[in-house]
Amino acid sequence: MNALGAAPGYRAPATLPLRVELVRQLRRRRTVLTLGFLALLPLLLLIAFTVGRDNRSRGGATLVDLATASGLNFVVFTVFSTANFLLVVVVALFFGDTVASEASWSTLRYLLAAPVPRGRLLRQKAVVAALLSLSALVLLPAVALAVGVLAYGSGDLVSPTGQSLDFATAAGRLALVPAYLAVHLAWVAGLALLLSVSTDAPLGAVGGAVMASILSQILETIEALGNLRDYLPTRFNSTWADLLASPIDWGHLASGAFSGLAYATVFGLAARHHFATKDITS
Amino acid sequence: MASLHQLARTRRQLAVLIAIGALLVATAAALTIRMVPDPPPLTAENVVIDVPGGPGVGTAVHLDATVYRPAAIPAPAVLLAHGFGGSKDSVSADATALARRGFVVLAWTARGFGASSGQIGLNSPDYEVADARALVDWLAKRSDVVQDAPGDPRVGVTGASYGGALALLLAGTDRRVDALAPEITWNDLAQALFPNNASQAPVTTNTPAAGASAPDGVFKREWAGYLFGIAAGSGTGGHDPCGRFRPEVCAAYVQAATSGSPTPEIVAMLHRSSPATVAGNITAPTLLIQGEQDTLFGLDQADATARQLAAAGAPLKVIWYAGGHDGGAPTVALRDEVGDWFDYHLRGIGTDPGTGFDYQVQALFGTRRGLPPRTVRAAAYPGLSKDPVQYREVVLHGSPQQVVRPPGGSPAALSSLPGLNAALAGGAPSAAGAASTDGVAMDLPGQSALFLSDPLTDPVDITGSPRIRLRVAATPSAATPTEDRAVLFVKLYDVGPDGRRTLPGGAVAPVRIGPLPRGGAPIEVTVTLAGVVRPVQAGHRLAVVVTTTDRGYAVPSQPAGYTVSLPGDASLALPVVPGQQAATPLPVVQLAGIGGLAAAVTALGMIAALRRRHGEEADPELAEVPLVVSGLTKRYPGGLTAVEELSFRVEHGQVLGLLGPNGAGKTTVLRMLMGLIQPTSGEMRAFGHQITAGAPALSRIGSFVEGPGFLPHLTGMENLRLYWAATGRPAADAGTDEALAIAGLGHAVHRRVGTYSQGMRQRLAIAQAMLGRPDLLVLDEPTNGLDPPQIHAMREVLRGYAARGATVLVSSHLLAEVEQICSHVVVMNRGRLVGAGTVAEIVAGSGTVSFTVDDPMKAAALLRGLAGVDVMDVGQRVVHAHLDGLPRAAAVSALVAAGIGVEGVATRQALEDAFLQLVGEEVVE
Repeated sequence: MNALGAAPGYRAPATLPLRVELVRQLRRRRTVLTLGFLALLPLLLLIAFTVGRDNRSRGGATLVDLATASGLNFVVFTVFSTANFLLVVVVALFFGDTVASEASWSTLRYLLAAPVPRGRLLRQKAVVAALLSLSALVLLPAVALAVGVLAYGSGDLVSPTGQSLDFATAAGRLALVPAYLAVHLAWVAGLALLLSVSTDAPLGAVGGAVMASILSQILETIEALGNLRDYLPTRFNSTWADLLASPIDWGHLASGAFSGLAYATVFGLAARHHFATKDITS
Repeated sequence: MASLHQLARTRRQLAVLIAIGALLVATAAALTIRMVPDPPPLTAENVVIDVPGGPGVGTAVHLDATVYRPAAIPAPAVLLAHGFGGSKDSVSADATALARRGFVVLAWTARGFGASSGQIGLNSPDYEVADARALVDWLAKRSDVVQDAPGDPRVGVTGASYGGALALLLAGTDRRVDALAPEITWNDLAQALFPNNASQAPVTTNTPAAGASAPDGVFKREWAGYLFGIAAGSGTGGHDPCGRFRPEVCAAYVQAATSGSPTPEIVAMLHRSSPATVAGNITAPTLLIQGEQDTLFGLDQADATARQLAAAGAPLKVIWYAGGHDGGAPTVALRDEVGDWFDYHLRGIGTDPGTGFDYQVQALFGTRRGLPPRTVRAAAYPGLSKDPVQYREVVLHGSPQQVVRPPGGSPAALSSLPGLNAALAGGAPSAAGAASTDGVAMDLPGQSALFLSDPLTDPVDITGSPRIRLRVAATPSAATPTEDRAVLFVKLYDVGPDGRRTLPGGAVAPVRIGPLPRGGAPIEVTVTLAGVVRPVQAGHRLAVVVTTTDRGYAVPSQPAGYTVSLPGDASLALPVVPGQQAATPLPVVQLAGIGGLAAAVTALGMIAALRRRHGEEADPELAEVPLVVSGLTKRYPGGLTAVEELSFRVEHGQVLGLLGPNGAGKTTVLRMLMGLIQPTSGEMRAFGHQITAGAPALSRIGSFVEGPGFLPHLTGMENLRLYWAATGRPAADAGTDEALAIAGLGHAVHRRVGTYSQGMRQRLAIAQAMLGRPDLLVLDEPTNGLDPPQIHAMREVLRGYAARGATVLVSSHLLAEVEQICSHVVVMNRGRLVGAGTVAEIVAGSGTVSFTVDDPMKAAALLRGLAGVDVMDVGQRVVHAHLDGLPRAAAVSALVAAGIGVEGVATRQALEDAFLQLVGEEVVE
């Protein structure tokens, strides 16, 4: 026993090590299925492009033409078609489910009574959720790159407005895309975490964060809102494409990063405060 | 009870979700209120301004106008002209935006349109331009307009299409105009409506979009008819086919539409309505905006204006945007550029917009949401002062080809559909207006010749009007045309690797070549193709197609045949304008914001750490006491008091029963002991240390409260291992084997917990609570769901656990269980302590013992005779008596001595009596 009255060998900073939490999450089928699906998605797209090749409408160039112009373009298309919804769902899933599912299994109270201090529990869980989200954000373009290069070659990246970037430069730029998305989607993470500590229903937390994203995107289409739309968290969803301009246009990227981090900070602090003071009744 | 609890929980979740939703809405509302500054008050006043009718018009013309006044006056003025077929109302959004910036804005309906009287003179210097000058006079008399000199107001003029030409014509004829911003308009109306892009002489102009501008062009029939229809149809009824056009304008149109070629009179009239006549006089700063999707007034028109303005010495900025009469009115961002232009040149505020050249590169498949055009910024419009435009040469291949024009000029090739867009009315940009017209082009076999390049090795951004030299000869064998000049249409296609063609901008260059020698000898001409901005990818080819027909133009009806070929050294010259990608300014504010967030979070973290350091202090006197609860109270919001002023003490080595009916508050107490629920008041100390959420002292308490909690997808073994790993304590301290022995699950421990029965989970959970051999074991209803042998085993385990020096706290609503397991009891009812002590003390408190005897009547009589004993009740074989401190052994000896057979002495009933007495009679269990 030590001065704090703890059992021998107990140290609060040693509780719930990241490795343990990572094992707890990785052993879940949900985690494996999500990551597996993301790895499979580029293959599904490739099959869709191959099967649908003969059924194109006549007329001008299409997004699909551009997507198959090179392996790099295939990566951009893959990210383009997932950034606004699928990746939001994935981040919401990893963060929204993390505390709420423990509550629904009743394991939360035993972890807290172990005791894992509440702030630490939330932090360790957030870090692991962030690791899983980040690996999802990296996995998708990485697999897409491998699939794309095999299927469409290692040609230049051609932007929708006709700019070309050589393979090495473009690959470097593409490596920055997950980094931007990770920072920008932090708002989804924060909101999902807040909902996760506010409800015992994992579905409610995940769905709530996704709904918020959809709502924001709907509001974005209302032109009458004018500049107010700049304050919507999804406003800079597509800004990652600025990383592919030459030279990189950092203006909106910085806005998107700030927007994501600002919302994440507010939601994250609210989550922490709520979790630290709430009565655990699950 | 359980369903009630769930209901309460669901309600609570709902309340939390609603609270979060309300918070989001409130935040959004707060942002809305704070971020939208109150728009400065504006006044808009409708006025009718009378202007002289002009030559041949006896009466004054009444112009319907609106004056928009900003809050701060006097202010510089802006004249805002509308597009063809529009009115002052179609520019009201622009007028409001400019007035908000601080300009007095005068928007009026041009004569012949809307509520203004008079007839349409097509921006004639005698009529519409004179009207505009009269409006400047009118502004010169107003005290709310800044005056540079008496009779000379500070005024800018802007407008799109019809209004843009007016802006140029006014500025070219009235020196009082201080700045102008003409948009998507013409330079020479004769060349715009009768274009001829072929020149036998070399074209030497070295600006990017210069056209050949040869005379005697091909009538742009569809567009002209569309425009005529707009204005003629806007008449006040009646059946006059000329509508509100002036007679000479109407006559000119009728002549052109029926003959397909211009007379010198028509050319002269159109020329008078053209800025080309006066643009050489303009020295005011000019922002010239032209559209890249514009088959009515192409880039060549703005190019010609730019050359004239540059020669006159006007400060000039040129913008080509991804839109036009075929592709959408100028966007809000472009209109902001116009506002900035006037801000700087009329009010002297804002940054200098400079004299550069911006062009937008549209996404290859049109402007979609999320794919904005790329804006490229060049230091200057090439070819105006020094550096000429650069060309990239692409070699074309193709043998001489014969093309035929069918009689009547039909069927005809299709390049674009005029009037799909309302851009020319000068209204606000519409979301639907961004459709690309690249896709409609179609050529007909036999009518077209094709010249194709090799696949490009490098991508190229075509920026302006490509040039090519062609040879055209009359085919001798064909039916002899009565006219000896060849009408042809030349287009440039972007051809993808799969052979699909795209016609950038839907643009086509009509040419009229000749006269062609009768003998079939060719004439060589330079053709300036339609000006476009088009990124062509590497691997794509470029194709030049020459056709004999086009639906947009008046094609001669006589059949004809031509041979089209390339001169030996012919190549396609593509204009390119290098520039910098326009970028947003350095994101200083956002980066500072990110830094601020980091600082704020760090500061909060440090404050929290400091707070933690000033934590609780231990009470050394209680260091050996496993648990002291004093004054513990829990009130829930809403007034429910679950626990009130509860105090008790658990000493070392005790097995304490926390006894009470369901709903007595036992579980709430245990949850507070685990640090899960914050007490409203009072405190709990374990081994002298206060118990709070996550207090380190909790590591000495093993707990099992309100059912088991496991990860269902893992085995029992893995659950125990991961749980212990989560405590961060050494694996060797876990005592897993011992705990598993207690759980008694056998091989099932290697199965997923999801497959366990309730009892198995219960035992595994108790095993988990015993991991690390906690000094205090807290168990909530531990025998629930166990069968009798397991209950028996559990009792032995708990007794043995306490015997080793640990302490056990068991909550139960079952008297028998507490009586059999526990040494001490705390009885709770309705959140309050109603009794505490050893089991014996509690029993003694009521002191009732049940004797099972063979002769109850005799026994009762005997017991009544003993000092202090009070017989409560006599049953068939049982006597209940209150012994009041008399040892049971003494009572039994007395009975036996009297010859009464004693079969049993029980206290079970006694504790029940005590319990009922303590908690009140209303408990029905």
